[in-house]
Amino acid sequence: MTAELRDERVRSVSRLSRLLSRPELGAAAGTVLVFVFFAITAGNTGLFSAKGIINFLEVSAQLGILAAPVALLMIAGEFDLSVGSMIGFAGILIAIPSVFWGWPIWLSLLFCFAVCGGIGALNGLAVVRTGLPSFIVTLGSLFMLRGLTLGLTRGISGRTQVSGVHELALNDPLNSLFSGQVFSGPIAWLSDIGLIGKRADGLPSISGIPVSIIWWIVLTLACTWLLTRSRFGNWIFAAGGEANAARNLGVPVARTKITLFVMTAMAAALFAAIQVLVTGSADTLRGTQKEFEAIIAVVIGGTLLTGGYGSAIGAMFGALIFGVVQMGIFYTGIDTDWFKLFMGAMMVIAVLFNSYVRNRAMRSR
Amino acid sequence: MAEPYVELKSVSKYFGSVVALKDVSFDVRPGEVHCLLGDNGAGKSTLIKTLSGVYTPDEGEIRVQGKPARFASPADTRNSGIATVYQDLALVPLMSVARNFFLGREPMRKFGPIRQFDTEFANRTAYDELAAMGIQLRDPEQPVGTLSGGERQCLAIARAVYFGAKVLILDEPTSALGVHQASVVLKLIVQSKARGIGVIFISHNVHHAYVVGDRFTLLKRGKSTGTYAKTEIDRDQLLNLMAGGKELVDLEQELTKAAKSTPT
Repeated sequence: MTAELRDERVRSVSRLSRLLSRPELGAAAGTVLVFVFFAITAGNTGLFSAKGIINFLEVSAQLGILAAPVALLMIAGEFDLSVGSMIGFAGILIAIPSVFWGWPIWLSLLFCFAVCGGIGALNGLAVVRTGLPSFIVTLGSLFMLRGLTLGLTRGISGRTQVSGVHELALNDPLNSLFSGQVFSGPIAWLSDIGLIGKRADGLPSISGIPVSIIWWIVLTLACTWLLTRSRFGNWIFAAGGEANAARNLGVPVARTKITLFVMTAMAAALFAAIQVLVTGSADTLRGTQKEFEAIIAVVIGGTLLTGGYGSAIGAMFGALIFGVVQMGIFYTGIDTDWFKLFMGAMMVIAVLFNSYVRNRAMRSR
Repeated sequence: MAEPYVELKSVSKYFGSVVALKDVSFDVRPGEVHCLLGDNGAGKSTLIKTLSGVYTPDEGEIRVQGKPARFASPADTRNSGIATVYQDLALVPLMSVARNFFLGREPMRKFGPIRQFDTEFANRTAYDELAAMGIQLRDPEQPVGTLSGGERQCLAIARAVYFGAKVLILDEPTSALGVHQASVVLKLIVQSKARGIGVIFISHNVHHAYVVGDRFTLLKRGKSTGTYAKTEIDRDQLLNLMAGGKELVDLEQELTKAAKSTPT
């Protein structure tokens, strides 16, 4: 009887500390705070209308597509600073073959994913083989890729921007995978029953959900499954937590890390594919600073910079906060110059909070 | 008496001009604790690494269950039932006990075409295996970082036993621990022995070794000074054999002399 009682007490404590030790906790709380803040300051400006929601979700989705695999890589203890430049490079890899060499869009897309995956593998190999910090190796890739993008684009097209992809993509079989909208039926129905507003011409204020949002959700779920439910996920945590121990137990640490570098590079390619097909053009400056934005989202999401701990769901919250703040500042009419100040401060606060949560979890014995 | 499970016969190992081991014989039988004692630099580490397949001996041979064996790698050694628990324990502090238990050998469960980590099995097995060793876990999902040093040691040992170790090589398992924690680990050593596992217990703490050991081998400057059964030697003799005895007496004399010659 007493034993049972004691057991129960121990269990309730551990459940609470388990909740408090979730890496996503800080980001989830932050998301609620940011929503409450903008509900008060921008409640009637249209930020939370159907159109406004789609707007900030689209911003979040783009970043979130990068952040999910970047979170996995950071949990494995490595950085990829080259994703931003990779976006610019990938955009060019899609646009130039289609516009200048007459390749069909689907072939350019496959070409782009293959080349980016290959560069990701090279990044990973360089990190694993040399033993140098990935921060330095991928900082090198950041500059090399940007320079390569600029050099190739100017060399081939004479300009820094390649447009005219829209017309070529119209009837491409892969076009709708990366641009356009889905669920227009259900959206129209929601509009008919009055849940979503209508425009003056009687059409719903939004015509569907952009595919980028679907990609974001699917990628986040896939990364979460990988991390928490697959063998590979166990290896990711171990590679970042204590690589030597993992190696001694037969975990292929090098292979795990290289695979993750390929994944972040492919995510950058996906980002570029969506951007190029939605805007119809590629630009050599695309993706600038996206590597840092992705790291901010991941860190706000509770992932440790030192590796071994974190979550993909957290990165999703981080990206969501990013999108809401960016669009929220726009809607409230605050000068958007202040956005970066806000995000930077937010990240520092998140890191402080997360390290507090983690220390608490590790001490709870 | 049972046949030795693993046996080193007149093994020597050189590193360039350094003689790390010279003509050392050592064995362990199922269900016994064989202590390997020696000061720093006596060759204990070289002997362990030879036994666990990191080094190949330059002279002499290794026999496993009476047959000559040649270990190509530590993994090779592990597959023949010899598990080494190093001082760093090969644990990941931020990962859960259950995930650490199965790291590198994850139990998988099939859901149609998808194979996923069997969390429930991992949690239950880790909890039960540690409970059988006398460690009551609060929660198999708690991070290893929240365990005490002794509990971590026990986790590493329980893991090796669960994955079929016939011989356990424990490298200074009690050296970093307090009195209570050390006694938990010593109990676990006795339990492993009762399960028929041969334990090689490396230590420089004679007190710990004498409590659980059945036989004692002393290494000094790369050479074995002999193997003694517990019935042949008492604790003080063992202490004297290990560097401690004579050198401490010398030190004491030196200090008294120094104290006398210093004017106060």
